[in-house]
Amino acid sequence: MTTVDAGSEAIPAPESDPNAVSVTINGRTVEAHKGEWIIAAADRAGEYIPRFCYHPRMNSVGMCRQCLVEVEGPRGPMMVVSCMTPVAEGQVVRTDTPQVKRAQEGMIELLLANHPLDCPVCDKGGECPLQDQAFSHGPGESRFVEEKRHYEKPIPISEIVYLDRERCILCDRCTRFADDVAGDALIQFTQRGNNTQVMTFPDEPFASYFSGNTVQICPVGALTAKPFRFKARPWDLEQRESTCTTCSVGCRTVVQSSRDEIVRVQGVDSDPVNWGWLCDRGRFDFQSVNSGDRVLVPLVRRDGALATATWADALDEVATHLRGAGASTAILGGARGTNEDAFMWGRLADALGCTMRDAQLDDGLPAEVLAMPQATIDEACSAATVVLVAPDLKEELPVLHLRLRDAAMKKRIRIIEISAVETALTALAWRSVRCEPGTQPEAVAELLTDAAVMTQLASGSTVVVAGRANLAESASHTMSAVESLLAAAPAASVLPVLRRANVRGALSLGLAPRDGRDAATILHDAAEGRIECLVLLGSDPLSDVPDADLARRALAGARFVVSIDAFLSPSAAHADVVLPAAVAGEKDGTTTNLEGRVTGTAQKVTAPGTARTDWMIAAELAEMLGHDFGVATLVDVRRAMESGAPGWGEATSRLANDVDGVVVRRAPAAAHPVRRTAPGARNSHEFRLVLARKLYDSAIATRTSPALASLAPGAGIAVHPLDLERIGAVAGEPVRVVAGERAVVLPVSVSARVPRGTALSPFNQPGADIRELVRGTGALDVSIEVP
Amino acid sequence: MSGPSGTWQHAPGFWEGDRPRIVTSRFAHADSHTLERFLATDGYAGLRRALAMPAAEVHGEVRTATVLGRGGAGFPAGTKWGLAPEGVWPKYMVVNGDESEPGTYKDRLLMERDPHQLIEGCLIACYAAGLSQCFLYVRGEMALAQERIATALNEAYAAGYVGRNILGSRFSLDIVLHWGAGAYVVGEETALIESLEGNRGMPRLKPPYFPAAIGLYGQPTIVNNVETLANLPWIMRNGASAYTAIGTATSPGTRMVAVSGHVARPGVYEIVNGTTTFRDLIYGDEFCRGIRDGNTLKAFVPGGGSAPWFTPDQLDLPFEASRVGPAGSMLGSGAVMVMDHTTDIPRAALTLTRFYAHESCGKCTPCREGGTWLERILSRVVDGRGTMEDLDQLMEVGQSICPGDFPHASSSDLGLAAVPFPYKMTTICFVGPSAFVPVHSALTLFRSEFEERVSRRTRIPVRAVAP
Repeated sequence: MTTVDAGSEAIPAPESDPNAVSVTINGRTVEAHKGEWIIAAADRAGEYIPRFCYHPRMNSVGMCRQCLVEVEGPRGPMMVVSCMTPVAEGQVVRTDTPQVKRAQEGMIELLLANHPLDCPVCDKGGECPLQDQAFSHGPGESRFVEEKRHYEKPIPISEIVYLDRERCILCDRCTRFADDVAGDALIQFTQRGNNTQVMTFPDEPFASYFSGNTVQICPVGALTAKPFRFKARPWDLEQRESTCTTCSVGCRTVVQSSRDEIVRVQGVDSDPVNWGWLCDRGRFDFQSVNSGDRVLVPLVRRDGALATATWADALDEVATHLRGAGASTAILGGARGTNEDAFMWGRLADALGCTMRDAQLDDGLPAEVLAMPQATIDEACSAATVVLVAPDLKEELPVLHLRLRDAAMKKRIRIIEISAVETALTALAWRSVRCEPGTQPEAVAELLTDAAVMTQLASGSTVVVAGRANLAESASHTMSAVESLLAAAPAASVLPVLRRANVRGALSLGLAPRDGRDAATILHDAAEGRIECLVLLGSDPLSDVPDADLARRALAGARFVVSIDAFLSPSAAHADVVLPAAVAGEKDGTTTNLEGRVTGTAQKVTAPGTARTDWMIAAELAEMLGHDFGVATLVDVRRAMESGAPGWGEATSRLANDVDGVVVRRAPAAAHPVRRTAPGARNSHEFRLVLARKLYDSAIATRTSPALASLAPGAGIAVHPLDLERIGAVAGEPVRVVAGERAVVLPVSVSARVPRGTALSPFNQPGADIRELVRGTGALDVSIEVP
Repeated sequence: MSGPSGTWQHAPGFWEGDRPRIVTSRFAHADSHTLERFLATDGYAGLRRALAMPAAEVHGEVRTATVLGRGGAGFPAGTKWGLAPEGVWPKYMVVNGDESEPGTYKDRLLMERDPHQLIEGCLIACYAAGLSQCFLYVRGEMALAQERIATALNEAYAAGYVGRNILGSRFSLDIVLHWGAGAYVVGEETALIESLEGNRGMPRLKPPYFPAAIGLYGQPTIVNNVETLANLPWIMRNGASAYTAIGTATSPGTRMVAVSGHVARPGVYEIVNGTTTFRDLIYGDEFCRGIRDGNTLKAFVPGGGSAPWFTPDQLDLPFEASRVGPAGSMLGSGAVMVMDHTTDIPRAALTLTRFYAHESCGKCTPCREGGTWLERILSRVVDGRGTMEDLDQLMEVGQSICPGDFPHASSSDLGLAAVPFPYKMTTICFVGPSAFVPVHSALTLFRSEFEERVSRRTRIPVRAVAP
C-alpha cells in the first residue's frame, strides 16, 4: 500500500507566477517560485531529497540535516540544507554527488545510532519514513557498537497518545505542530544534547484537540495513538480516500481497514480544505462504526416494546403509515447522510406532498443563511477582514480554526470577533467585542460606528463567519447581526459554520424547511398532535433540540415515529419503527461541506447486519407507495440529481478527477428581513446563559468511540471569578441553576474567559441536562443558588 | 586569594607588561570597577567625544579602526554594524558576554574589572549604529561579573550615562542585563538570541536568520563580543589612527589572550595584535616564561578548545588570522592552551571532546549523535579497550559531521602539509565540528600514541586480597 503521510504530499504549483525563477536540479531546469525552499521545488520536479524534519505545512527548522544538497557557489559547491535554502535564479543544485550521498548516508547512520530498531513490534514499521529512507538513502549497515540510549517505553502523554522516546529522532515535527499549528504548546523538548527528549510538562497531559496529527506526521514510531496500537500492520491495510463527516469542514481523509473493519483514519492534504490536518474527534470517532451497540436489524414496536423484524415487515409498516399520513408527515434530519440520501428523501417528501422537513433541529441557523453570498474557506483565509459571529471554532469546527489561526498568525487576515465569551481566536483577533448573549446586532451597530473598523472593512474583501454561538438564545440575533454587517459591507460574503457534516447539502437538496415550517414549528405541531408520521432521518431530537421539554412532548405527540439510525439513540428508543442505517465508511456518496464543496465519501467496509443506506430506504418506500423513481443504484441517483438538482449532478460527475472536490455555487437570493425574538429585560442578579458546544460531548459517535468517550468535560456551569465570589459559591461544588420554575444542579467552575453577568455551560454533556431550562425564548436568564 | 576590599578576586593571573594597554589600562587599580575610579581615568570621555560627533562619523571612525570581532570569527565591528537594514525600528544591540569557550577567560576579566568601560563601549556602539536598546548577556556562572555590571549599570543610570538624554544629548539608551543559564552553545549568537527571547538555547539556521537582518524578537540585531566593545572608548578618545598604529594593518590594536596549561606563568595578557608570535607568548619573559619545570612543548591550541591544534612547528606564527588560517587553525576567542611532553594526548582529546558532546544542544543530528559517538569511542580507546578499527571509525564519524578535508597543522616530523581552515560542516553551528576538532588534531598529529593505547594489553585491575 502507499504510505499516507501528509509530509510527502507535494503541493502543486500555483499556475502563473510572475516571480518564477529557474533553477537547475541534477542537470534539469526547473521552474520554481521565488522564496520557495529548494526541497519543495525538487519535490515538484520529481527529484526526491530525503527528509525527516521538513514538512511543507510547517516552518522549516533544518534540524535533522538529512536533506543536505550541494549548491554551486562562488567558492565551489557548498553543502546546504534544502529545506531552508531558498531557490534563486540560475541556482545549480545537485542531490546526487558522492559528497551528498556520503552526507545523507552519514546522517541516516547517526539517526539510527540510538534508534532501537524494534521495527518488528513497531506500529510504524512498513510505513516508516526512517525505515524507508534507511533503505533508499542509508549506508546499509551500522557501525555503532555502543549501548543505545534507554528510556521507559512507551509512556502515555495523553488519553490517546503514547510516546516512545527511544524511537524518537528529535525532528521537532510534533513539537512544532503543537506549538505553531495547533497553538497547544503542550509538548516540548527537555534535557539537552544526547539526552534531548520530547516531553509534556509535569502534570499537564498532551490534551490537544489535534494530538492525532502529531502521530500521523511523526516520521518514526515514537508517537502512537491508542486506537491503532497493535491493531494491524500497515501492509495489511486497505484504504480508500474519503471525506470526514464528523463536522461540516469536510476534511479529506483516507479510511483504512483490515479484515473489513475500519482501523484508522488519516488526514490527506487538500489545499483548499484541511492541509492534511484532522481533529482528534474526526480522526478517532471511526471507532463508533465498529461499536457493538449498532442497530443491526429493523425493529418494530409490538405490544409496547421494540422487537426485531424483517426489512419487508418494517418497511411495510412504515409505508402504511406514510400513506395514511400523506402531507402531515414530517422529516427531521438528513444532515448526517450523503447528498444522495438527502436528495432521495427530498423526492420522497415531494411525492408525499410533505412540506414539513428540516435538516437541522433548531440548533443551527435558518436555512436563509445559505442564500447569502457564499464564501469559501480559502476566501476567508485570504480576506482582508474576517468577522466572526460564530461559536468557538476550536470547539465546533477545529480544522477551520486551524486555517483561520494560520492566516491570522501570518498576518494575512484581520479578525473582528463578536462573541459573548472569549474564544480560542480571541487572542489573535484585531478587535474582539464582548457582547451580552442576544445583543449581537447592537454590538455590530456599535462596532460600525468605529471609524477604524469601517476603514478596515473598506480596505478589502470581508468574510462573515456566521454560526450559532449560543443554543440558549434565538438564532435570529446572529442572523440580524450578519444582515447588518452585509448592509455595511455590501461586497462581503458569508461562510456559514453550521456544524453537522452535510447540513449544507441536505438543506440544498430538498430537506430545507418550506414556508417557514422549520424544526421548531414541526416539533410544536407534533407536540400538539398535528403530525401523523414523524421520520427521524439520523436525527435525535431528544439529545439535540435545545429545548428538551419540547422535544419530549413532540415525540410523545407524534402519532407514529420512524427512526432511521445506526444506534438506538434516546429518540430511536421512542420510535415505532427503527430502521438500521449504514454510516460513513459503509457507503459511497458525496457530501457538501460548509463552503458548498462537494467531495466524495467512500465505502470501505460492509455495513453490519442488514443496515442500509438512507437513499435506498427512500427509494424502496417510494416504490411501495407507488412512486417509481426508477432508481436502483447510486449511479441512478446521481443521474436523477443531474436533472433534479442543478449544479450537484455536474459536481458529482467531476469528482472522480478532483480530490479537492468542486464548490457548488449558489446565486445569492434577495434577503428576507429577519424577525428577531427580542431578549427580555436583564435583571442584575441573574446570569445570561451561553449554552455552547464542546468538541467532546455525549454525541453518539463520540460516546461509542472508546478513545473519545472519557474526554467529554461533563456538565457544569462556568462564571467569572468575581461572580463566583458574589454568589458565594465554591468552584467544583454543585449549585442550583434556576430559570423560572425549573432548576438543575450542576457543578460550578470559574473562568476568566466568561464576562461578568454571563454564565457558560457546555451542551449535551454527561451529567445533569441544562437543556431542561431552555424554552426557545430570545435569551435565557438564570439565577445561580448555592444549596 | 582575597582582594583588597575583602571581595574574592575572581580574576587572578592578569599580567601586565611594558606593552600598549587599550582595554586593560585600569586593571592595576584595585577599585577599577567603580565609577569613581573610572571617571578619574578618562572614563566616559570617549562617549562625550562620540556624542559630540554625528553618529555616521563615529561609525566611520570605528570602521577606519578595523576593530576585529573578538568573539572568534574576527569580523570587523564597523562592517557588521553596517549590515543592519536602514529605516527599520527598533534595532537591537546584544552584547555576547557568554564567554564559554574552553580556555577563554578574558571577557570575564573585562566585565569584572572594568564594567564601565564595557558600558561606555555599548553606548558608543549603539549611538554609532543607531540601535534602540542594548541587552547585556552575561554567562550564568560569572557571579562576580554579573554583580559588578549590575552595580555599574545602577551607577551609570544614576549619573546619567545610561537612560534618557544621555549627557544632555538627544541620545537615549536602555541597557538590560540578562544572565545566562549555563550552556556553551549560547555563546553562538543566534542561540544567544533564542535564549534571550526565553526559548531553549538552540542556534538558528543561517541563512535566513542572520541576526543583522532577523535577530532578537525578529528585529535587526547586532551581536558584539565584550572585548570588541571595550576597545571603543579608547578609540574614541585617541582616534582611529592611534589604534591602527598599533599592530598590523589587517590586525590592528591589541587583543586579550588567555593562556592556560603547562606554561610557567599562565594568565591573561593584552598583546599587540598581528605582530606577537606564539613563541613570544609562550616563551617570552614578559609573557608566559616558557614551559613549566623546564619541560618541552608538545602541542598547543591557538584559539580556544574548538581550534585545531598546533605543534612547535607553528610557534613562529603571529596573532594574525590571515597567517593562522592557512596554517590549519584559527585564532578564535584568544585562548591558548599549552600541552607539554608529559601530556597524555588521547586523554587530552577526550577531555575536550567530552565537553563539546556534553554541551551539544541536541538540535541537529550530526552534533547530537555524532559528538556522543566520538566521545564513546574515544573513551574506550583511552581506557585501553579500543581497537585499530576504532581509530578509523573516529575519522569516519567525523566525516559525517565535517565532510571532506579537515584542517590541520603541518608537521615536519610526519612530513604532513597543512590543510587550511575552515572546514565544511553538516551541522547548524560550530559545536558539532568542535567535538571532532580535538579528535582529528590528536589523531593526525599524534596517531602513534593512540596506536600504542589500542595495541597495549588491557590492564586487568588487581585487587589486593587480605591474607
